Amino acid sequence: MISIKNLHASIDGKEILKGLNLEVKAGEVHAIMGPNGAGKSTLASVLAGREEYEITEGSVDFDGQDLLELSTEDRAREGLFLAFQYPIEIPGVSNINFLRTSLNEIRDYKGEEQISAKDFMALVREKSALVELDAKLASRSVNEGFSGGEKKRNEIFQMAMLNPKLSILDETDSGLDIDALRIVANGVNKLKTAENATIVITHYQRLLDYIVPDVVHVLYNGKIVKSGPKELALELEEKGYDWIKAEVDAQ
Amino acid sequence: MGYTENELAKDLENQEYKFGFVTNIDSDKAPKGLDESIIRFISAKKNEPEWMLEYRLKAFAIWKEMTEPTWAHVHYNKPDFQDITYYSAPKQTKKYESWDDVDPEMKETMAKLGISLEEQQRLTGTNVAVDFVMDSVSVATSFKAKLGELGIIFCSFSEAVQEHPELVRKYMGSVVPMTDNFYAALNCAVFTDGSFCYIPKGVKCPMELSTYFRINEGGTGQFERTLVVADQGSYVSYLEGCTAPQRDENQLHAAVVELIALDDAEIKYSTVQNWYPGDKEGKGGVFNFVTKRGICERNAKISWTQVETGSAVTWKYPSCILKGDNSIGEFYSVAVTNNYQQADTGTKMVHLGKNTKSTIISKGISAGKSQNSYRGLVQIHKNAANARNFSQCDSLLMTDECGAHTFPYIECKNSSAKIEHEATTSKIGEDQIFYCLQRGISEEKAISLIVNGYCKEVLNQLPMEFAVEAQKLLAISLEGSVG
Repeated sequence: MISIKNLHASIDGKEILKGLNLEVKAGEVHAIMGPNGAGKSTLASVLAGREEYEITEGSVDFDGQDLLELSTEDRAREGLFLAFQYPIEIPGVSNINFLRTSLNEIRDYKGEEQISAKDFMALVREKSALVELDAKLASRSVNEGFSGGEKKRNEIFQMAMLNPKLSILDETDSGLDIDALRIVANGVNKLKTAENATIVITHYQRLLDYIVPDVVHVLYNGKIVKSGPKELALELEEKGYDWIKAEVDAQ
Repeated sequence: MGYTENELAKDLENQEYKFGFVTNIDSDKAPKGLDESIIRFISAKKNEPEWMLEYRLKAFAIWKEMTEPTWAHVHYNKPDFQDITYYSAPKQTKKYESWDDVDPEMKETMAKLGISLEEQQRLTGTNVAVDFVMDSVSVATSFKAKLGELGIIFCSFSEAVQEHPELVRKYMGSVVPMTDNFYAALNCAVFTDGSFCYIPKGVKCPMELSTYFRINEGGTGQFERTLVVADQGSYVSYLEGCTAPQRDENQLHAAVVELIALDDAEIKYSTVQNWYPGDKEGKGGVFNFVTKRGICERNAKISWTQVETGSAVTWKYPSCILKGDNSIGEFYSVAVTNNYQQADTGTKMVHLGKNTKSTIISKGISAGKSQNSYRGLVQIHKNAANARNFSQCDSLLMTDECGAHTFPYIECKNSSAKIEHEATTSKIGEDQIFYCLQRGISEEKAISLIVNGYCKEVLNQLPMEFAVEAQKLLAISLEGSVG
């Protein structure tokens, strides 16, 4: 699905990613954990195509295509979805209109017909149920006046609507209470198929109680320094990151 | 929902001014320049009664003593008033009996503007009556018979002078006196045509009344006059749309619009203005110096809605005089400036009566190197007990080189008044655009979405078909403008 090799990225001349390698296959869920400032959100931004970051070295293959050559919108149209850590508000633009525009742009890119109003509304009903999103939120302005939990659920709702190949969840658990966390995680689990993949970026182990990863990676100082099975997350929760830092620094 | 993405995509392909074409219709015009003989020429051409000529001459004498206002936040080369043609009429000046009689080339012009009557009739199920003004003479008035049954008069201004002199004499100049300002005085002297509308007592006009102005002839000033009178307890929604062909020299447009809402009457006046704004270097474009004002008697309401995307220089303040007790004035505005456009626009709400209310929602959008100013006056007179005003002035900046300015004036002489003013200035968010891009939405479409969302409160005030047009215009005007 995605193969990242020796990725170096910097912002304002400061190198954040320093030779990152990561391989995620279809049907897999990978968790990326790491201390503050390790480069977790940078990785998400770079993959999604934020312009502020400069890629100085490395390659990213996304389902057979050179991801770094694609524009931000084409990455999305090819099936890369980023659930934002801080979802953006767009006043005056209804969630429905936003999603319909998004869906139709993606369909247009693939040479498919525009979705009919009827099919679209049916899809909205089906997918909003998945994340227990109040139907009223669908007609409100994008994220405007949403609670923290509603914003995150709205991200997963959008993910469900757009049916991406690769989803990157950037700290989707931050700011969620335990019930919202369960709902969001259930949504993600239900969307999982053998054809898609998910990268879960998180600080804490608790999200991984609900979304069980196939592989856990530790990102530290711009690189993946340790990978392991889901038990690694528990170990990190228990012992913190210091032992890993010590291990890396010792090398 | 009425406007599909494909339509927007199609429109976006056509980013240059899409109404830039010239129609080859023979016109009958006055020599350039302005003196008494020109005014007599215009008046004679229009076969006007003596009182109308006297009115014009009086206004001309006043105008000669006045100087052009300089207080607005705009800079331009002053028009040479002796280098303008003050009268230009398509040669075929006879009124058309039926749609089939209309000059095919003129029909084509209307079709290019996207407002052919056939289209309007088909699309709207015949609920829009159009008075089409091309270079000063009203060429087609539709639905007249249907309106006539209700006693509604909707005709060209010159026709009203002939057919309804008592109404014209009573109301013309009653809201905007000829001494009001430089451009209003000029208009009184040389106006060529426009629209007149009278809604009788208690009648709710069943359709939107619409006028389309278009400047065709090079070097002609367009001096329109609109007079709308809503008698007691009546209601009318009036639409005005403007386009001008692409020309290098600046064209002057100085219109006067007067609205009179008698007791318990309501007038809704909507404008979508896309006069030629000049090219990317700021060459050419229309000077739009317009005086628009309405007066509200007891319990009456006047609502102005405008979407301004065109003109090189705009100087325009649709205002309300809230004379009667419990009367209401509203002003909803979106003003977009791009490249080198300059707009100084806003409103005046003059509260004279008790319990009068006014609402001002102004949304300015500046792009390119343009300058966009809101200028507003809320005036509460000493007898206007319990007057209320709410003003909201928002500015959106698209680049680092443009400017947004707000000049709100408040004069309050009654301590029971409640006045609220809110203002915001924001730059279009890179985060918002990135969010849209990450959902597969192109940058142009993202801007269109964000801007339309920002203007929603104003666009919601427009009648449906106008709102669609306005959305397209916003998208076209701001093409490629984020920097």
